[in-house]
Amino acid sequence: MKIIVAIKQVPDRDAQVRIDAGGKWIEESDLQFALNESDAYALEEALQLKEKHGGEVVVVSAGPERVGQTIREALAKGADRAIHIESADLSTWDALGVARLLAAAIKPENADLILTGLQSDDLGLGQTGVILAELLGLPHASLILHVDASEGRLEVKRELEEGWFQSVELPTPAVLTIQSGGNKLRYATLMGIKRAKTKEVRRTTAAELVPEATPVVVLEGISLPAKQRSTQILPGSPKEAAAALVERLKFEVRVL
Amino acid sequence: MSGVWVVVEQREARIGRISWEAVAAGGWLGAKLGLQVSGVVIGAETESLAAEIAGKALARVVRVEHPLLAQYTADGFSLALEQLIAAEKPDYVLFPHTYQVRDYAPALAARLGQVLISDVIGIGDGPVFTRQLMQGRLNGSYRQSGDGPCLISVQAGAFRADAAEAGAAEVSVFAPTLGAEQIRTRPSEPFRGSEQTVDLSSAPMIVSVGRGIKEAENLPIVRELATALGAELAASRPICDNGWLPMERQVGSSGQTVSPKLYLAVGISGAIQHLVGMKGSQCVVAINKDPDAPIFEVADYGIVGDLFEVVPALTEAIKASRQ
Repeated sequence: MKIIVAIKQVPDRDAQVRIDAGGKWIEESDLQFALNESDAYALEEALQLKEKHGGEVVVVSAGPERVGQTIREALAKGADRAIHIESADLSTWDALGVARLLAAAIKPENADLILTGLQSDDLGLGQTGVILAELLGLPHASLILHVDASEGRLEVKRELEEGWFQSVELPTPAVLTIQSGGNKLRYATLMGIKRAKTKEVRRTTAAELVPEATPVVVLEGISLPAKQRSTQILPGSPKEAAAALVERLKFEVRVL
Repeated sequence: MSGVWVVVEQREARIGRISWEAVAAGGWLGAKLGLQVSGVVIGAETESLAAEIAGKALARVVRVEHPLLAQYTADGFSLALEQLIAAEKPDYVLFPHTYQVRDYAPALAARLGQVLISDVIGIGDGPVFTRQLMQGRLNGSYRQSGDGPCLISVQAGAFRADAAEAGAAEVSVFAPTLGAEQIRTRPSEPFRGSEQTVDLSSAPMIVSVGRGIKEAENLPIVRELATALGAELAASRPICDNGWLPMERQVGSSGQTVSPKLYLAVGISGAIQHLVGMKGSQCVVAINKDPDAPIFEVADYGIVGDLFEVVPALTEAIKASRQ
């Protein structure tokens, strides 16, 4: 079974994000980056499917030079090889443009299964996988927690809202977007890290894959969100803040 | 071009609140732009649902009906709406931002050469659509730059459902051309994950824990706080994903929606998926080390600090106050 996993490098969850001077994106120079969380689950699902059925896991990622590090991490966890689509200005592409890039890189691979996380932790669009399926002319299912694969078909567990689930059958090749939490994530072993250094990372560029991309939706600017409630921050040492909160809970909220 | 269309979603022949919120958003956008607003309902038998929607101030309600639309599939719904959009040429198509919409609307948009502006929390002049970025730490303003229908999905709670005014719309039927071979996925009936033994929705007080707790071994300090308060213990998604607490204690879009008198969020940053599950709480208290965490945007009281110091101190203070 040949499985492609589309992964994204995003600002680390605990990173302090600041708006850049242009007001259209965040200041990236001093940020730490990491593998997008649901993409890590997509990679884990792919690695488990390979362990069960054999085959190959190929990771694809678009972005600047720094993305190479996230690609190496995926290889260290057990992916067999990678495709790095180099692009310095990915934040100005819309979801359709990014999906076109990925589709152009993925199509020649003729994979049985294409996985990606259900949404990115930075833009949170939650669309790339679904658009990718449409562009590749493949069936898809989204928000998937578990995959059972057999010859030419998949049975997947799809998450619905409010604690409901559904199983869906679909033929391969197919695209699945993976929800976090379905599996336990593995860590890279020392041996894996060592091996990753010799694995193939094929580099291509956005310009080679999609010569012309005019966005149909543009991000005009970013801003700090307005507060929905006026928050009273309780200052002081932990003990003082705790005492102040107990006062409020007693006399204002009246729950104590 | 023919105005603003709102696609109303049904689940088990019922229309959810988020769909009425989308109708309200559509009404607002239509009024702003001087466009007619119409409703769409998709299914195999939609007569009674359409009648319910037609009770709102809409120009028309279209029943997109076909036996193959009895059960939701991305292929069926995309094909049907693509045909409706080709026939009606709407300027804007609004959807409620549900899991179902997330499953098909991006593909439908791509088919039209468009991009769904998803998870919108506000609409401004232009129109410019606001959605959250960076797990709610920032807002982004999006605008359609091309031509053709503009597809939008609206986040739960962003518009008031009761703002959708009453009226009497004309109802018509649109029969798309669909073949069984075009529908490539076979969904089963939805089922409940596990026996629901905890009903967080009726809990008067909830202490909820997030990623900031770092390790499962650290959970007892939060459990002790919940016990001291007499509150139910809940969690954000990552805690349940890790198996540290059962899924049934999860608050958020994929878990339970709660509105207790007191919601005390410990080490929860406040991504939108969590906020939609708890922002109806009467009083929100947040304890977090990051003063910029989005949870503080919805908090009434906040303590910025190390939860490993603040939570034990709070437990002690509560115990002392009860003696």
